[in-house]
Amino acid sequence: MNGLIRGSAAIVGAAESDIGAVAANMSPIDLMAQGIHRALADCGLSLRDVDGLFCATTQARTSAMSLCEYLRLPNAYTDSTIVGGSSFEVHVAHAQAALAAGLCTVAVIAYGSTQRTVGRRASSAREYNPYETPFKPFLPSTAYALAASRHMHEFGTTREQLAEVAVAAREWALLNPAAWEKKPLTVADVIAARPIAHPFTVRDICLITDGGGAIIMMNTDRARSLGKKPVYVLGCGQAITHASISSMPDLTVTGARESGAQAYRMARMRDTDIDVLELYDAFTINTIIFLEDLGFCPKGEGGRFISGGRIGPKGSLPVNTNGGGLSYCHPGMYGLFLLIEAVRQLRGECGARQVAGAETALVHGNGGVFSAQATVILGTQSTM
Amino acid sequence: MANATTSPLGVYLDHLEKGELAYQFSPDANAAVFYPRVICPTTGHDNLQWRISQGLGTVHATTVVYPQKGDPYNVALIDVDEGFRMMSRVEDIPPLDVRIGMRVKFRPHPAEGDEPPYPVFTPAEGAA
Repeated sequence: MNGLIRGSAAIVGAAESDIGAVAANMSPIDLMAQGIHRALADCGLSLRDVDGLFCATTQARTSAMSLCEYLRLPNAYTDSTIVGGSSFEVHVAHAQAALAAGLCTVAVIAYGSTQRTVGRRASSAREYNPYETPFKPFLPSTAYALAASRHMHEFGTTREQLAEVAVAAREWALLNPAAWEKKPLTVADVIAARPIAHPFTVRDICLITDGGGAIIMMNTDRARSLGKKPVYVLGCGQAITHASISSMPDLTVTGARESGAQAYRMARMRDTDIDVLELYDAFTINTIIFLEDLGFCPKGEGGRFISGGRIGPKGSLPVNTNGGGLSYCHPGMYGLFLLIEAVRQLRGECGARQVAGAETALVHGNGGVFSAQATVILGTQSTM
Repeated sequence: MANATTSPLGVYLDHLEKGELAYQFSPDANAAVFYPRVICPTTGHDNLQWRISQGLGTVHATTVVYPQKGDPYNVALIDVDEGFRMMSRVEDIPPLDVRIGMRVKFRPHPAEGDEPPYPVFTPAEGAA
């Protein structure tokens, strides 16, 4: 992300749409619009202020076109880059660039999905891959399970350690009134749950919910004139190493290593400067591998690093404080919810799950099958 | 320039029909290329040779899919000896018995109806 300037733009508004199970016949664009309405209200702006639209959903091939029509914004600058769940972290960098170039002044990043209502197959059609589809991989689970098998083989990561990631997420979710899951979970529960793709059970795998939301970005000079405390974009990074798991260069090392390095460089920060982490936990192995690739522990040590509740509410490193894709909400492409939670943590709005004194947040989006990695580092006024 | 008369997938499938596991080799990169492409991703050149694998490989990663209906089955990534990795499955043993590091041998799975042939693997103990 060469060329982006640390702190040139800020997130000024953030909101979820309805999440979990939404009303019958609600559309993905309805949810985007609902999220935009709430995010604009969050920062005291109106729809007529919006002149930049960044959006993605698997349920509308031309989502920017749909959103321009729905909101009657024919002159909006648009970008519907879609690289899976990390699309929205990529949109943050693209919006920052567009704001800096004067292409727009109020940028909205929006997402909507009715995956739970319409079913996974209907919401996200799989493309035929002649080199993978004949083997009937149940995607994405099979791909992440293959990576987990390799991590366990090379580094001795255990079944119990994977389960501990799900338990930590659940403990955070129990502190979040908006979370889908409401009951406690143990390591034994995770291991005994229905097997999906060895070594994963259904409890190692993100939820299938509906949901959407939006964030609002502006250049820093204008952001400071609004009511809420701006959350500054300090660093961005992106790396796309493959699309299919059979082409992943190394099953235990992701592009997060590169996207994280780019973001740290732009933010002039390192792992020890980060107060709260929001990592895309589509599967329990993700959290372990991302902590390694983002520098919080050495490669291969992730399983041991997270054990003993280190990333839970009582631990020393707050990770996925809303309960994550594993226990809070996961409508197919979860990346926007990572950003919403990070904004709320840095504003101090998180109630029982608030991380005391959080001034910096690292958001890490993941798309495809460990394919598209995008990191965003955010900070409060004190980091500027 | 005249249009190409063959496609990478088309050539690959033609070889599979004959019971051969084909891959490409890039002389400029001195490396195998898989899946087959129209240019080499290392060099950007279109100088790619077709070669036939000896069909021996090693399991690099393995999982078992538990479908809602039907029996669990294996999905694996195989490191083929000529220097490329592919998705496949290991047959003839229970899916949970497939191990990383296991030596395996190619076997063509024949075409069925509209489904083209595809390469599967079986244990090849003793094959160094």
